[in-house]
Amino acid sequence: MATSSTPPFTASEQSLSSTPPTIDVRGIVRRHGAVTAVDQVSFHVRRGEFFSILGPSGAGKTSVLRMLAGFEDPDEGDLLIDGQSMLGVPPNRRPVNLVFQSYALFPHLTVFENVAFGLKMRRVSSALIDEQVRRALAMVKLIGKEARMPAQLSGGEQQRVALARALVNTPAVVLLDEPLAALDQQLRQAMQVELKSIQEQAGLTCVCVTHHQEEAMMMSDRIAVMHQGRMWQVGSPREVYERPCSLFVSRFLGVSNEVPGTIGAAIGEGRLFQPADNEQAPLTVRTESTEPAGRSATLSLRPEHIRMAQERPSTSDPVLSGEIEKVLFAGSDTKYLVRIGRDRFWETRMTSGTSLPAFAAGDPVFLHWSLADARLFFE
Amino acid sequence: MPSHDLSSPPKPGQSSCRSCWLAAPGLLWMGLFFLAPLALVFAISFASRGTYGGIVWEFTAANYLDLWHPLYGRILGQSLWYASLTTAICFSLGFPLAYMIARSPARWQPVLLLLVMLPFWTNFLVRTYAWMIVLRQDGLVNGLLLALGIVDAPLELLYTPTAVVIGLVYGYLPFMVLPLYVAVERLDPLLVEAAWDLYASRWAVFTQVVVPLTMPGIVGGCVLVFIPSIGSFITPDLLGGARSMMIGNLIQHEYLVVRDWPLGSAVSFVLMAIVMAAVVLYYRHAARTPGPLEGR
Repeated sequence: MATSSTPPFTASEQSLSSTPPTIDVRGIVRRHGAVTAVDQVSFHVRRGEFFSILGPSGAGKTSVLRMLAGFEDPDEGDLLIDGQSMLGVPPNRRPVNLVFQSYALFPHLTVFENVAFGLKMRRVSSALIDEQVRRALAMVKLIGKEARMPAQLSGGEQQRVALARALVNTPAVVLLDEPLAALDQQLRQAMQVELKSIQEQAGLTCVCVTHHQEEAMMMSDRIAVMHQGRMWQVGSPREVYERPCSLFVSRFLGVSNEVPGTIGAAIGEGRLFQPADNEQAPLTVRTESTEPAGRSATLSLRPEHIRMAQERPSTSDPVLSGEIEKVLFAGSDTKYLVRIGRDRFWETRMTSGTSLPAFAAGDPVFLHWSLADARLFFE
Repeated sequence: MPSHDLSSPPKPGQSSCRSCWLAAPGLLWMGLFFLAPLALVFAISFASRGTYGGIVWEFTAANYLDLWHPLYGRILGQSLWYASLTTAICFSLGFPLAYMIARSPARWQPVLLLLVMLPFWTNFLVRTYAWMIVLRQDGLVNGLLLALGIVDAPLELLYTPTAVVIGLVYGYLPFMVLPLYVAVERLDPLLVEAAWDLYASRWAVFTQVVVPLTMPGIVGGCVLVFIPSIGSFITPDLLGGARSMMIGNLIQHEYLVVRDWPLGSAVSFVLMAIVMAAVVLYYRHAARTPGPLEGR
């Protein structure tokens, strides 16, 4: 391809550490009447980073995005982009571009005109517009569709136009509002890969709002988990998934197998934990906590950390006994629903193709795991 | 072929017309009371006036040729000017109003629309008389201006072209607001945000996105204001005095005062031609700018 020799958007050459963060949000608060939609949120985004704000609907994440774009102003706090406070700066004078969830393509303009819109508004010469729009369209693989109207495009193509329309302006930050939510599952997965590769290729700094945890984990360098207007945890996908700071984060990012109980005396490198269901033997947990014994807590485990055995394993690993309730074959793996207490079920997985004994509903089973894999949360 | 096949849409050009007879009463009404009189007026426009005001059925184009007289040209030009000015002012006033209504909370919109239409509850003639009281030498406007010391002597407002345009704008503003409201209401607010986000100033957002996407409403509103404005005769008659004669007054004058029905008919047809030309022009322009409907 002719355009590949000159990469249209090169990543910034400056060293990441010496420059101020591209986005620096300091304690912003946003109230809608009596409701505090965003409550003391602070975070920063580095140049070239893909940063996702993940949370259920109503968490306040869209409000944060709209404040970054300039459609809303925070009631308190400050918001800096490239070291400059953005308070009171209208959207048309901010170095950010938003990719709308519904794309918001101009229905009266062609694909070319849609992508050229921002450049035209900034009075870029038409020769330069021509060149840059073509590059952006090449990047999103829409060459040949310049003259189409948005209504003549498929959902995936509209998504690409929306993306091109933002990145053609080489903004400091591209804001993505549930960018792939309107696409069907297969297209969505393809676009996740493509969006990520465009972002890396162009060195874009992205802030993405989504409620889709898998998508956030696959595309992001860092994830911020938001809930009830607050940011609960910020970290790499692996960090927030494997070391969630709260039960909410643990549950939101994946399956959280839980057992409530009370913490007991110190033993070896951890402490004893007595499940509330007295039929279960005490477990050991690894924790830095110095909470007094007798304090109630919840133990949580990811399904992939749980091993299943037909007989009580002879390891020193913590073990729970249970009974297979349901077997759910899901293609590449099989899910097992295991009853470990009166109304308590855990979900475990076994990859298809392994030679481990298959379990059937009603079979007794022993669940065990490495000490380090369980997380303990205090209410 | 089976007649109750709902799954396949009717093929174009082969419209099934089983319910067409429902349109018959309406068609009959329009034929009897609109087309037939129109044909009659058209015929009269080629007749000539009898000595005592009757119609002499002799074919002549003299009525149309008479209209080339500069006096008629002046009246025609004046009418076009007043109607255009009225349309422009109605648009300038009506667009922000329609936009405000369409973007206000949903439960307020019906109330606001009702307020726009409220003047229609009173007779148009009565409202025009009210304007005479407002604009006359010892009227409300002059009283206020004198009391505030803005002017020393009462302004001459009534019986001026200004009064005519004020009256026309007042009368036809709702016709502008309603179609504009519908168009703005349909405009996706996200498109405005998208343009704003893409470095467009507020003015650029308006000209590049809002106007093109509300063009059907703009055209509709302008047509609805322009047509009754150019043909109006009560407003110029009551508020404009002798100097501000419009084409509607001329028609009324020819029919009722001079009793020259053939000439009045000819003027009527010229007016119709102008209106038609204006409408075609408007819609041509609208067709060139695809509205939000074509875009979806």
